[in-house]
Amino acid sequence: MAKRVAIVGTGQTYHKSKRLDVNGVELIHEAVARALEDTELTRDDIDLVIIGNMDHFEGINYVDMWSIDGSGGFMKPTIKLTTGGTTGSTLAIAGYHMVASGLFNKALVIGWEKNSESDTTAAINTAFDPIWDRLTFAGAIGALAVEASAYMDDYGITERDAARVVVRDRKNACNNPYAHLRKEVTIEEVLSSPMLCDPVKLLDMCPRSDGACAVIFASEDVAEKITDTPVWIWGTANRHLYSYINDVNFHGLQSLKNASMELYQKCGIKEPLKEIDVIELYQPYSFGGLLWLESMGLCKEGEAPKLVWDGVTDMDGELPVNPSGGVIATNPIGATGLIRCAEVARQMMGKAGEHQVPNVKIAISTGFGGCMWSDILLYGKDKPY
Amino acid sequence: MERTAIIGIGMTKQERRKESETFSDMVFEAVTKALNDAEMTIKDIDNIVTGCNDFWDGRTISSMAVGDASGAWDKNISCVEGDGTFVALYGLTRILSGSYRATLITAHSKGSESISSLITNAMFDPIYTRPLGLDAITSSALQAKCYMDKYGITEEQCAMVSVKNHRNAKNNPYSQLPMDLSVKDVLNSRRLADPIKLLDASPITDGACAIILADEGMAKRFSKHPVWIRGVGFCADAYHLGDRDLAECKSLEKAAKTAYRMAGIENPFKEIDVAEIYDAFSYQELMWSEGLGFCEKGEGGKLVESGKTEMGGSMPINPSGGCLSAHAVIAAGLIRIAEAVLQVRGGAGKRQIPDVKTGLAHGINGPCGQSHCVWILGE
Amino acid sequence: MNKWLETVEPLVYESRIKVPYTWSVGEVGSRFLIELRDHKKIYGTRCPKCNIVYLPPRKTCSQCFFNLDEWVEVGPQGTLITYTLVHYESSMMPMKSPFAYGIILLDKANTGLVHLLDEVKSEEIKTGMRVEPVFKDERTGDIMDIRYFRPVR
Repeated sequence: MAKRVAIVGTGQTYHKSKRLDVNGVELIHEAVARALEDTELTRDDIDLVIIGNMDHFEGINYVDMWSIDGSGGFMKPTIKLTTGGTTGSTLAIAGYHMVASGLFNKALVIGWEKNSESDTTAAINTAFDPIWDRLTFAGAIGALAVEASAYMDDYGITERDAARVVVRDRKNACNNPYAHLRKEVTIEEVLSSPMLCDPVKLLDMCPRSDGACAVIFASEDVAEKITDTPVWIWGTANRHLYSYINDVNFHGLQSLKNASMELYQKCGIKEPLKEIDVIELYQPYSFGGLLWLESMGLCKEGEAPKLVWDGVTDMDGELPVNPSGGVIATNPIGATGLIRCAEVARQMMGKAGEHQVPNVKIAISTGFGGCMWSDILLYGKDKPY
Repeated sequence: MERTAIIGIGMTKQERRKESETFSDMVFEAVTKALNDAEMTIKDIDNIVTGCNDFWDGRTISSMAVGDASGAWDKNISCVEGDGTFVALYGLTRILSGSYRATLITAHSKGSESISSLITNAMFDPIYTRPLGLDAITSSALQAKCYMDKYGITEEQCAMVSVKNHRNAKNNPYSQLPMDLSVKDVLNSRRLADPIKLLDASPITDGACAIILADEGMAKRFSKHPVWIRGVGFCADAYHLGDRDLAECKSLEKAAKTAYRMAGIENPFKEIDVAEIYDAFSYQELMWSEGLGFCEKGEGGKLVESGKTEMGGSMPINPSGGCLSAHAVIAAGLIRIAEAVLQVRGGAGKRQIPDVKTGLAHGINGPCGQSHCVWILGE
Repeated sequence: MNKWLETVEPLVYESRIKVPYTWSVGEVGSRFLIELRDHKKIYGTRCPKCNIVYLPPRKTCSQCFFNLDEWVEVGPQGTLITYTLVHYESSMMPMKSPFAYGIILLDKANTGLVHLLDEVKSEEIKTGMRVEPVFKDERTGDIMDIRYFRPVR
């Protein structure tokens, strides 16, 4: 019988630009040890390890095998998933399905990256088709800049609108001890930061970080025994629509639109802005913090700037977005999507400390990556159905 | 476990070099064949799991290359990086979770497009082991030596596996190296890394495979001959080669135990009618046979000598010709599942074993069979 | 399409992935490699619970699963557990074939170290034989500071 599944604990490393004091396996173990501590479980209690990252950032083939000492997978079922930027959310979705299957009771899900160990852009470039895309149109920033330009053109969005998103996330990050960039910035600072790829400037973009995140998923048979505050997964959806970057329709994030609609329908969400209490959005650049809210149906097309300027997405707003500071503040790529999931769980468990949003009952985390792909998960304080 | 079935399989011919085909061309061919086999269209598939590896494919986010070819447009999709048996296992849980009803699994690789040694060298720890230049062949040679010394397995016994599997490949139109060989041929073939010789090793191969998993309702609706999944198990051992007793395969024993328990199998040798196991090197078929409980520890050599693992024996192993005859890494385990499906259905053509009720498929990940995945399939 | 392809030579695009890496070896790895570089000494880490002495040194015991901070000098001599003689060439191999790899259980360690064997005739290599490391004169702080292991004479 299919089981309901809850998150029962999380662990993260303190994310930094360089962690020279540990190798990858040791970095992974830090997050794992914190997740076990959070749940008061031991390695013996875990019956499945799911791990992921992006291979070429560290140049390790078969990471699930290499990381056994740190992941806790020794003599246990261990599996690796990878889908690019969406890796972290892909892992969370796998944690859900593999536990819901009834074959496993407690899954330890780990996302990690040590971006400092390679040239991130050189590695990302190899993602794109070597013949059609790689030579002409590659690297994450270029594609995002095209999306931003189209959005500005379609709805008269300004760079200042986008900068407001950065100001919010960087402010939130100051309250999150795990965040990588913990320094507030002003709109003027964002606007005057070096141009990377018009209209995307340095401070519009996420950093690259070293870090790991671990989340423990448990079946309904054991979840409530492990914690008084299980975070139930209500549903998951994703779309990896494109294989070629040249095929992408850059007017709105189609993958997020389709996945959100499916998920809302599955979970009975009719008015997302009203019903959802917090969102951890995988938002690697500022314009995504506007356009993608529209793609999620939180407001009409072109109206996201108003939502953001009005403070609706601020910590004290109706729907806080990225109370953790989000990806703009912290980005160990293979972990990034899973950190969104862990942060939502911490909010719902009331463990978010300085960046706690009061009374979170329904929340969403997303993942973004690949060829403008999206993953989305919906969580509830109450058991689903 | 709820009843789930494999209702469609498709594979490309496995070849040394498919120069005129891209990854997606190969995957599309396998997917089309699997859909035809299941008498389905892509509309009947509600989710997809691909098996891709960034190193073998030579690109980051390797799953991006095969999304279109796997029919992933506007569907839920994921990607497991590892052998096809592990890919399929995640696909199975997506049905058991109640979320989906029909999962399409694909896996591919083109060994011809890069240099295998450089890719397998990258699975070793960059600080302590990789600078030594170890690869899949040399590390497996260390294991082979260790295993053969401990249990008195001979090079002749290993060679018999190669002779058997290459002969079996003659009955498999998808296989790459059908050959009539003698034990002497194998023993006299070029030495790679002692005790492994060229004909003890699997070839470099291009190929793809796809299978369709379905819940009971879908299986009954679409398939005249669903093959039911009776048990699965997987498990990983320690990473550093020096941490393990390389003569043993404890993680396989544990994975098999899990799968057998689920399937209610008490005596695998008696209850399993055919096995497709991951013989990347000839000694591995012997070692894994022991780990799977087909014989006592150290008796793998005697097992192949007895003829029981031949086509006409009581426990035929690798009637397809196995990985020794075609080894498209990542796809290879999925091909083992597809071959076991054909055997259970009675649709394996000239390589059919009579009266197969229960089949076993097996895959590995990591150096020297660090991780194993076992599938039990039945009528 | 296939018919057309038979009339031409299919094109193949040649390229390579060029990504340089800088792998952190961490605190444990640094200590191990600095001892190797500066003092020609080989250290493992010991798990106080199960008593396993790990080589290469580990920060975590994979079974007991907590951080290890006890260092044990191992070797320098050890016993050959298994070996292989390599007969083919590859650009990443540090020696020209034929040469040998072995797994060596250094004295006082509980896990084996994979390394090269040299200064020995191939037919003289035997499982169980005693070996010792030969260090490089100019050491740079990596595992190849051990040039290879050779039989103890």
